[in-house]
Amino acid sequence: MTKVCGIETEYGVQVYTTGGISPTTASSLLINAYVAELDRRVGWDFEDESPGRDARGDAREGSMPPDVETHLVNAVLTNGARYYVDHAHPEYSTPECSNALEVVVHDRAGELILRRSMEAANRLLPAGDEIVIYKNNSDGKGNSYGCHENYLLDRAVPFSRIVHELTPHLVSRQIYTGAGKIGEEVPHGGDVPPFQLSQRADFFEEEVGLETTLKRPIINTRDEPHADPHKYRRLHVIVGDANLAEIATFLKLGVTALVLAMIEDAFHASRDLRLAAPVAAIRSVSRDTTMRTTVELASGDTLTALELQWELYDLARKYTAERGFEALGNEDVARRVLDRWETVLQGLESDPQSLASQLDWVAKLRLVEAYRERHRLEWDDSRLAALDLQYHDLRPSKSLFARLAMERLTDDEEVARATVEPPATTRAYFRGRCLERFSSAIVAANWDSVLFDIGEDTLRRVPMMEPLRGTALHVDTLLEGCDTPAELLRRLGS
Amino acid sequence: MAERELKKRPTTSREVTAAEGEAPATTERRDRLKAEIDDLLDEIDEVLESNAEEFVRNYVQKGGE
Repeated sequence: MTKVCGIETEYGVQVYTTGGISPTTASSLLINAYVAELDRRVGWDFEDESPGRDARGDAREGSMPPDVETHLVNAVLTNGARYYVDHAHPEYSTPECSNALEVVVHDRAGELILRRSMEAANRLLPAGDEIVIYKNNSDGKGNSYGCHENYLLDRAVPFSRIVHELTPHLVSRQIYTGAGKIGEEVPHGGDVPPFQLSQRADFFEEEVGLETTLKRPIINTRDEPHADPHKYRRLHVIVGDANLAEIATFLKLGVTALVLAMIEDAFHASRDLRLAAPVAAIRSVSRDTTMRTTVELASGDTLTALELQWELYDLARKYTAERGFEALGNEDVARRVLDRWETVLQGLESDPQSLASQLDWVAKLRLVEAYRERHRLEWDDSRLAALDLQYHDLRPSKSLFARLAMERLTDDEEVARATVEPPATTRAYFRGRCLERFSSAIVAANWDSVLFDIGEDTLRRVPMMEPLRGTALHVDTLLEGCDTPAELLRRLGS
Repeated sequence: MAERELKKRPTTSREVTAAEGEAPATTERRDRLKAEIDDLLDEIDEVLESNAEEFVRNYVQKGGE
């Protein structure tokens, strides 16, 4: 089954105002200012939201389903994305994509939208006041906010198999997905590490669970497919860092999709890679920049995170050789994922520093080390913490990431286009194009439907329960042949 | 330590360090990187928030997700 996927990012928001506005108000202001400049606005439809549903069955005791905040700003864009206020953060969900490269383009488009929002909001504020956005996952004081990935899976795959076989990957992939962080926010005994691979590893306390805000689990069980629930599962991966480096995002999505395709097709490793203690392992992997720390498997063997990734890599080469690339959406992109995965693992093995233009944690560590050396600073110096934070600043004048010669997989033009145009290969295409053509007749939209008001007694809902239908190939001719929304609905037979 | 087949990966960092020390090519690359980063550090000195302590202290987020 093609691994339709996407990323939801909660951005950090800092308000520098004399009047003192809350982060929630600031987040609303950002989104409103952006949407006002677009002069087009359609709200989100909450009809089918059920984030409290648990993939293991009934809700467990002690689990706290997150609230859906319908009173806050919520917009759907012509690129098929959702842009909204989640708790006290602006959050951007990319449209559904069908391969890792599409996700990278749309994740970058999300950054551009946030940057434009920041500029639009700041034009509305009194001189001297400013809202600043950061693409990171923690404030350095124990508060974390997420960057979640979503992957479409066959409902028939037993959830326990996903837990057992995906966890070793989620624990070990930090060696290339980590965004880097100085120090630790949750003490786990032992010395404070000067630097961690991951911003998020500190915050994971459980192996499996429904929560996302407390007692965070490595495998999240939220069961809200936003698609035909009899056929599909949407796996909600909450353990990742928000990446700025395109290569890191590309591997995060591309490799995880590959691993999930293997799990779905029951293409097993010759050895059992289940971890003895995943929560302890995710922390110890994050705390080791030398790639030497080993983690214990349930079998009693010990492996490094790098060795775990090599095991998965070897298996993925075998899988694609035997089963082809159907589950990966696009063969060319999947081959690039495999090749890049290999060279990045080789780089981590021989000299992690060689990946400074590809991976966030390596780029940040290089900056921090050099700055520390130049000014002879201790690891707990606030200038290093400032540097860590400013790596993620979205203002071009302040961003340290923007000053690095990082390798790109996208170009500025396609990223700008993706702020308004949907991916052509999923149902996001139908959603986005309908909004672009008929926004005045659309009352609301969500992941699996578009709600029209064409002046009749009742509103008309167009369901989109198949994530791979409604693509450019399916609906371009139809949409081009319809001059009005009423005609579109008539031809859709709804 | 579990047995691992390394046939496709000829060297590991441990072996390189033990067998050859630092290769000249690596030293050369390091020097180039150092020059690059020196320029970058000059720039960072200019753009880094001037009162780092206050800047870091004030950056407080509510949890999300």
